[in-house]
Amino acid sequence: MVRLDVDIGALRLKNPIMPASGTFSEDLADVFDLDLLGAHVTKTITRGFRDGNPTPRVCEVGGSMLNSIGIPSKGVGYFLENVVPFYQGYKTPLVVSISGNTADEFAQLCAEVSVPGVDAIEVNISCPNIEEDGKAFAIRPSSTFEVMTKLRRATSLPLWAKLTPNTGETSEVARAAEEAGADALVVANTILSMAIDIRTRKPKLGNLMGGLSGPSLKPIALRMAYQCARATKIPVIGCGGISTVEDAVEFLIAGASAVQVGTATFINPTAMVTMIDDLRHYLEAEGLSSVREIIGTVEDGEQREGIVFMEAAP
Amino acid sequence: MSNIHHLTPPPRTAYELELEVLSNEAVNGEYRLLVLNAPRGLLERCRAGQFFHLLCPQMGGQAPYLRRPMSIYGFYPEREELHFLYKVTGEGTRALAMLRRGHGLNVLGPLGKPFTIKPEWEQLVLAARGVGLATLAPLALEARRLGKELTAICSARSESVLMSVDLFRHMGANVITLVDEDGSSSVDNVEAVLNTLIDGPGIDAFYTCGSNRLLKLLQKVGTRHGIPGQIALEQQMACGLGMCHCCVRPFRKDGGIVNLRVCREGPVFDIQEAVAW
Ligand SMILES: Cc1cc2nc3c(=O)[nH]c(=O)nc-3n(C[C@H](O)[C@H](O)[C@H](O)COP(=O)(O)OP(=O)(O)OC[C@H]3O[C@@H](n4cnc5c(N)ncnc54)[C@H](O)[C@@H]3O)c2cc1C
Ligand SMILES: Cc1cc2nc3c(=O)[nH]c(=O)nc-3n(C[C@H](O)[C@H](O)[C@H](O)COP(=O)(O)O)c2cc1C
Ligand code: FES
Repeated sequence: MVRLDVDIGALRLKNPIMPASGTFSEDLADVFDLDLLGAHVTKTITRGFRDGNPTPRVCEVGGSMLNSIGIPSKGVGYFLENVVPFYQGYKTPLVVSISGNTADEFAQLCAEVSVPGVDAIEVNISCPNIEEDGKAFAIRPSSTFEVMTKLRRATSLPLWAKLTPNTGETSEVARAAEEAGADALVVANTILSMAIDIRTRKPKLGNLMGGLSGPSLKPIALRMAYQCARATKIPVIGCGGISTVEDAVEFLIAGASAVQVGTATFINPTAMVTMIDDLRHYLEAEGLSSVREIIGTVEDGEQREGIVFMEAAP
Repeated sequence: MSNIHHLTPPPRTAYELELEVLSNEAVNGEYRLLVLNAPRGLLERCRAGQFFHLLCPQMGGQAPYLRRPMSIYGFYPEREELHFLYKVTGEGTRALAMLRRGHGLNVLGPLGKPFTIKPEWEQLVLAARGVGLATLAPLALEARRLGKELTAICSARSESVLMSVDLFRHMGANVITLVDEDGSSSVDNVEAVLNTLIDGPGIDAFYTCGSNRLLKLLQKVGTRHGIPGQIALEQQMACGLGMCHCCVRPFRKDGGIVNLRVCREGPVFDIQEAVAW
């Protein structure tokens, strides 16, 4: 019998496959038993009501997609009253994704969602920070450290920092989050992108720009997960373009302790369930008894120092 | 002790399945009818107005990535058949058009809120243009099953692309065809046709899909005569299940405008709440 359970800090997951924020909701219970998953991760919520971006909010580009949903949210009150109780019908841990316009607002929301029934808080520091001229907190190590310090003080629940690929300082941002007290890193969110209709000459998204997700994002997210796993001692949760067990295993080998699956669920709503089965089969075929045996086993030899050096160069 | 009350997880209602293609034929220059072999249990769950999210094949140089939503055109549990009527518009539907008998097609559904027919509604009128008629076709089946009187106002550019007329006639509907060629599909003429019906047998409810002009007209006539109605709306979709929030449209509700998900709160909405586009 192969063991699929993994530890993300103090939190034990029965398997390392969970959904990515914004690509999962109670609605998926229409298709399969949500208790099969390693964790449940909610769509990012904000304190107050938010309507989201103008339509069209989605388009496809070369076997991947762009979205500019813009975090519509019914607010924290609605969330605590309706969404948290729904997930209490399941045994699987609940991870709540939150976001705020300022560090203080972020911290306040973090305290408000630290309630029984919530097992961890994922902080989406990849969204625009009003105090920093709209730049995401996680673009810079300094703003990452500042917001994570406030969030750390606001809750005693496990805190997962979700990083952005829209930075040139991946390892530094990861270290800043760790130093400020993050329990795990989710690597990563979407890449800021654009697509234009050549007939109308209009951008294909109502918001002009949006986030790239799906298979095209995978090599970038994998590189980042590798860098973060090397730069810190806290668990890394890989995210970006994972659609098959092979993709998931690549992230685990690169050093991730678990993975999140996003866009693939839109293509095949049962993608995560298939991946859990396939992971068991993969481990059996490899003669392994636990998924833990492959985490961080990348054969990177002497290349390591060179990569770190290149990134730290001016 | 947690003060959170525990809810029972909901039952499964939608299925991701690989179905076999029975046929996929051109109906006219623009539209094709796709017939799939489907399990009886799945078909018995289907309702008029619902849709499936189709994983269009990657073939013939076409590489659609996201699924494509298609209304249920017909569902026949006794024949184990699921029908879609579609217009070839882009990459996904071009790929669909290449499916042949014996091919498999991965479908997700049935999804969305169906049309409703209230018991007190006896005289039903459906009015639509083009492929909108595909969405309304199973409503004719449902109306017949419930013993309701149905008038179908079918509008199109020309006689040659008029959809589903025979199907509606076969279901016992009173069919009125209107085309652009002779001007009979003009808004003024549709209004005159509606007024004749209101003065004659009367109209208890309207159903429509696909046309902005028809929506505005039915909202106007509905308000004036106190006739309720429903509309099936479209929006580009990614998940089809309610998770991604990309398929929203604005609706008038409680004195304000709210964004609702077409895949989850719809695709069928109250006609007066819909905002013309
Ligand atoms: C609930 C629902 C039911 C539908 N039922 C039917 C049906 O029964 N028969 C049918 O022929 N079509 C139906 N459609 C529309 C159908 O989904 C689109 O035509 C299809 O997705 C186009 O895919 P494509 O790859 O061929 O075109 P693409 O290359 O994706 O797009 C071609 C053009 O169509 C537009 N388009 C794409 N998706 C949609 C959409 N969902 N709504 C409006 N415009 C769109 C694009 O903006 C573009 O201009 C339905 C849509 C919805 C939301
Ligand atoms: C439609 C959509 C909505 C998303 N919403 C959120 C969100 O609310 N919060 C968040 O942290 N990430 C959000 N994401 C990003 C995903 O969680 C994930 O990081 C990204 O899609 C990359 O993974 P994937 O390639 O597996 O989709 C969203 C992605 C998509 C496609
Ligand atoms: S298509 Fe995802 S919410 Fe409607």
